[in-house]
Amino acid sequence: MKPVNTPARPLILHGAVIAVLFALNFLLPDYHHGVLARVMVLAVFAMGYNLLFGYTGLLSLGHAMFFAAGLYGAALPMVHLEWSALSSFGTGIAAGALLALAVSLLALRTTGVAFMIVTMMFAQVAYLLTLYFGEWTRGDEGLVIPQPQRHIALPGLDLDLTSPTTRYMTALVLFSAVLLATLAIVRSGFGRVLVAIRENEERTRLLGFDVFANKLAAVTLSGAICAAAGATYAILFGYAGATFASIQYSILPLLWVLLGGAATTLGPLIGVLLMYYLVDASGPLLEQYLPGWKLSSLGIVGVSLVLLVLFFPKGILGTVRERWVKWLP
Amino acid sequence: MAFGPHLLLAALEGLVTSAVLALTALGLSLVFGVMRVVNVAHGEFYMLGAVIAWWVASLVGGHPAVGFLAALVISPLIVGVIAFAAERLVLARLSYSPEATIVATIGMLYILQQAALSLYGPEARPVPPPFNYRILLPWFGYSGYKLSVVVASALLLLATWYVLAKTRIGLVMRATQYDRETAQAFGIPVGQVYAGVFALGAMLAAVAAVLIVPISQAHYLMGHDPLLLSFIVVIIGGLGSLRGTVVAAVAIGMADGIISVFFSPTLAKIIATLLVALVLVFRPQGLFGETAR
Repeated sequence: MKPVNTPARPLILHGAVIAVLFALNFLLPDYHHGVLARVMVLAVFAMGYNLLFGYTGLLSLGHAMFFAAGLYGAALPMVHLEWSALSSFGTGIAAGALLALAVSLLALRTTGVAFMIVTMMFAQVAYLLTLYFGEWTRGDEGLVIPQPQRHIALPGLDLDLTSPTTRYMTALVLFSAVLLATLAIVRSGFGRVLVAIRENEERTRLLGFDVFANKLAAVTLSGAICAAAGATYAILFGYAGATFASIQYSILPLLWVLLGGAATTLGPLIGVLLMYYLVDASGPLLEQYLPGWKLSSLGIVGVSLVLLVLFFPKGILGTVRERWVKWLP
Repeated sequence: MAFGPHLLLAALEGLVTSAVLALTALGLSLVFGVMRVVNVAHGEFYMLGAVIAWWVASLVGGHPAVGFLAALVISPLIVGVIAFAAERLVLARLSYSPEATIVATIGMLYILQQAALSLYGPEARPVPPPFNYRILLPWFGYSGYKLSVVVASALLLLATWYVLAKTRIGLVMRATQYDRETAQAFGIPVGQVYAGVFALGAMLAAVAAVLIVPISQAHYLMGHDPLLLSFIVVIIGGLGSLRGTVVAAVAIGMADGIISVFFSPTLAKIIATLLVALVLVFRPQGLFGETAR
């Protein structure tokens, strides 16, 4: 009998996605090439969020703080201490992981609605802190990382991160690493425990698993991945501003994951990609047909959120998995 | 000005903030208490109340008091209808799952904000107060209107308490809150009660906004601070407890008034938000609330 769940198929699918993204580097016109680099970095942010929201079933409304921790964890040492890009990437991830560990030690004492509000409030504190320490962070105006600093010096190799191709490839390397790591996690024993917690926390505890420790690991890992996205964003695009710490950037990953499909490995990429082009394309259209209405992307975000929870709660890949492709991870 | 009068002025300002905050937070608390729905769009109903008040007052000519009184009646009614429709069209179809409703109300927040920006514009506009009377204290003059806001809020709070505790409407609401299924079995139209509660919560926010709009202007982004403060009040006061909500609103409003006179507002917000998050972590039933059943 042919096994229903061949382990090779997901690997081939994910390899194919990465190969297509690699090929697109040579095919895309300049504008879309730049967009896709950005989308891949934001998709890493969404994948980090998905690990917690999709697989563990914890709805956080404060993930902007982890993205911002990575963003500032990398940008502050680069601007003020003139550290190299690579070591700043490290401090960015460390900042995000530590913050996630500290926040989760407190926030995981709560469940359900209280967890959402507590994470939202901690993120609000983080946002206000970026404004309060405006002398170093330059608040809303933001930090600009000087071009000469944005390169990676390896022995015998110097990568200039301001060139579009290197930037795209760096984003792709990070994206592929996190995508394959997510795939490995959700297929591992740890990943299955997380799903078990989402489905029935009490029963998981009864079976002898340490629910708190597993959740703690999930939040910290999710925070570290989001911080990696933030740090990469700062280094590749040379900018860190307080907007990225605002509540809006806690809502966006939720929207991306809901749209692409929660608890699917490729859903975050699809969600970010669609949302980016939806906002991008609707801007001029709305301007053309409804001039003077001052419609912004936030209105589209609002309508999408309501429509998604009402009519399409499983998202694109969630629905595809339910109807047609049962083996989709 | 000496320290004493300065403190008195700060306390008076704090009292006005408390009064309006108590009304707004009561709306949020009621919706959470009965429906178990965290309404993130609550601040936008407040904003709508103020914006519609400006619209009504600018349509009605004559003495400012006429326009203001018209706004005080019409604005909450319109907001109530919008909230009722939103509940029936969106929240009711989500069978009140906590995750789905919070996502939906976030969506509503952006939709209402965007609609206000499109239809009302980015300007901040004032509504003239119904009367201009300054109460002369020995140290400074104080707006009589501001004090009347405190009195009006107190009366509205009493009225809400009366409706909840003494009337049949309140009885039906409490029955739904205690046990939804048994209430349904006794012939209570639970769906309509939920929609009514959601509308009532939004109307309380709208009334608060109409009262405050002659003091601070109507603006499409004005819903953010009331939302955050209401969250703080409801959490400190205990989710779904009316008395706790009022006590906490007075405490938070006074603290906000006094702290922002003497300290940096950003630092005050940071400390307040952090403290509230910790209250929610270590004492989820609130400082005044009872333990959850």
